[in-house]
Amino acid sequence: MHPAFSVIFFTTSSGAGYGLLALVAVASALGFVPASGWFAVVSLGPATALIVAGLLASTLHLGHPERAWRAFSQVRSSWLSREGVAAVLTFLPMAVFGIAWAFCGRSDGVFALVGLFAALCATVTVFTTAMIYRSLKPIHQWHNRWTVPNYLALSFATGGLLLDALVQIWGRPQAVVGIAALVFVAMAAYLKHRYWNFIDTTKSASTPESATGLGARGKVRFLDAPHTEENYLQKEMGFAIARKHAVKLRAIARHSAFHLPFLLTAASLLLTGMPAALAAVAAAVFGIAGTLVERWLFFAEAKHAVTLYYGASEV
Amino acid sequence: MTSLTAPLPGSKKLGLVIDLDTCVGCHACAVNCKEWNTGGHSAPLPDFDPYGANVSGVWFNRIHTFEAGEGDSSRTVHFPKSCLHCETPACVTVCPTGASFKRAEDGIVLVNPDTCIGCKLCSWACPYGAREFDADEGVMKKCTLCIDRIYNENLAENERVPACVSTCPASARHFGDLGDPSSDVSRLVAERGGFALMPEMEYAPVNRYLPPRAAKTAVGCTGAKAELDRPADAAVLHPLLRWMDKVLSR
Repeated sequence: MHPAFSVIFFTTSSGAGYGLLALVAVASALGFVPASGWFAVVSLGPATALIVAGLLASTLHLGHPERAWRAFSQVRSSWLSREGVAAVLTFLPMAVFGIAWAFCGRSDGVFALVGLFAALCATVTVFTTAMIYRSLKPIHQWHNRWTVPNYLALSFATGGLLLDALVQIWGRPQAVVGIAALVFVAMAAYLKHRYWNFIDTTKSASTPESATGLGARGKVRFLDAPHTEENYLQKEMGFAIARKHAVKLRAIARHSAFHLPFLLTAASLLLTGMPAALAAVAAAVFGIAGTLVERWLFFAEAKHAVTLYYGASEV
Repeated sequence: MTSLTAPLPGSKKLGLVIDLDTCVGCHACAVNCKEWNTGGHSAPLPDFDPYGANVSGVWFNRIHTFEAGEGDSSRTVHFPKSCLHCETPACVTVCPTGASFKRAEDGIVLVNPDTCIGCKLCSWACPYGAREFDADEGVMKKCTLCIDRIYNENLAENERVPACVSTCPASARHFGDLGDPSSDVSRLVAERGGFALMPEMEYAPVNRYLPPRAAKTAVGCTGAKAELDRPADAAVLHPLLRWMDKVLSR
């Protein structure tokens, strides 16, 4: 699948933003982050910025961005529509929670509950994003049980790293925030490992034989394409550039998204002051950069069944 | 709405039956499809860099060619492919705007170009490659089963078939109601063992393909001599020798 930059940026940025929002709300309810209204500004502010930037980027790949509002109408059948509605609905509890905390200094009682509801909405939004991919049967590398857990884990991992960096910069970190980030990064690393293992050891039930229905005669080989040059289908579904470098890119993603953030976060737990804050910030930067590479691979390694009609021998 | 509704009682399942035995791979169906549809319901079908090195464009029908089997039993099969107008098409249910829909009365899958946002998700959901994005107009396009021909009262009745069917010189393409077991196309499918593509996707395509017939491995007697007479030696001789032969034969 062609990795459209707008979609890679959207899923990474909004994923991190929703993860940060969810964890800030939960940590605030549990008293693990500073209660000051200013902390609401420095945590929910970046979360909002990441979410909004991602959502705006997601409209860039549309043929008609001005009609994007129509995408809220088909929640009964379409995961893309559900994602749009969930994304917009999340802003309501998020706004109430953020305004009450930032401007009235209230993050307790009913406002904590509103915050927890915002965390739930954020999680649901990431879930709906993942389900868009999970529901596409023609793409074996997406249509499997590892897609949704990976999206959720990476959202919480990047959000957790950001939250840890923020509390470290704030100056009075609680170890539990750093430990939570470590747990989410480790979970994301494990789930990604299982995902890669799954796509390396399994393939789609669809074959050139089932695609043409000619299997009864024996092996089916592609002889001649319909056209001399690549068409839309081959450009959109037949992307193969990053697949060629998949081994290297996976190593980069593993180190940047998981190994380095884990080590840096562990270091920040042991350090204090400026070095701890720097380590935590570096962990978040590597985590997000690594997730961008991971997301690129998620697209580039996905093989669409239509390529069976254009010479692929398996998907 | 992109939610699928149950077909209406007595509704049709219009579709194509494509005979892989008689298709000669001439691409005439694709050309006539392009010709009709670039002025039809989803017009125009753009071509980018049409006279350059990187020509690309929107086509509703493309002819692939495969080899199936090994050795004596192998066969070159020309394989036309267009929208299969599935009974449970994911291209319709994934559409976030309702632009993609399946008609309850005849099962034709269409795109409303006025509400399509060009998100391309429907093309990702289709394993058959039936949908092609029109980058010029920013909307998705696909085979309409020539909805503007099959119901067109300005055309003579025998011309009210999809453009691909009307133009096939080998009569390898057939159009009709596959929901009616007594229709010509349904009988043809039953007789020839017609099949659906990628049934494992569970999209329940309406279109059917007829398999190539088994190749003949023995020849029957046609009444011709087993071997031709040897040509007269004279026919291959040098002109001088031929003249000598003529003189001496007197």
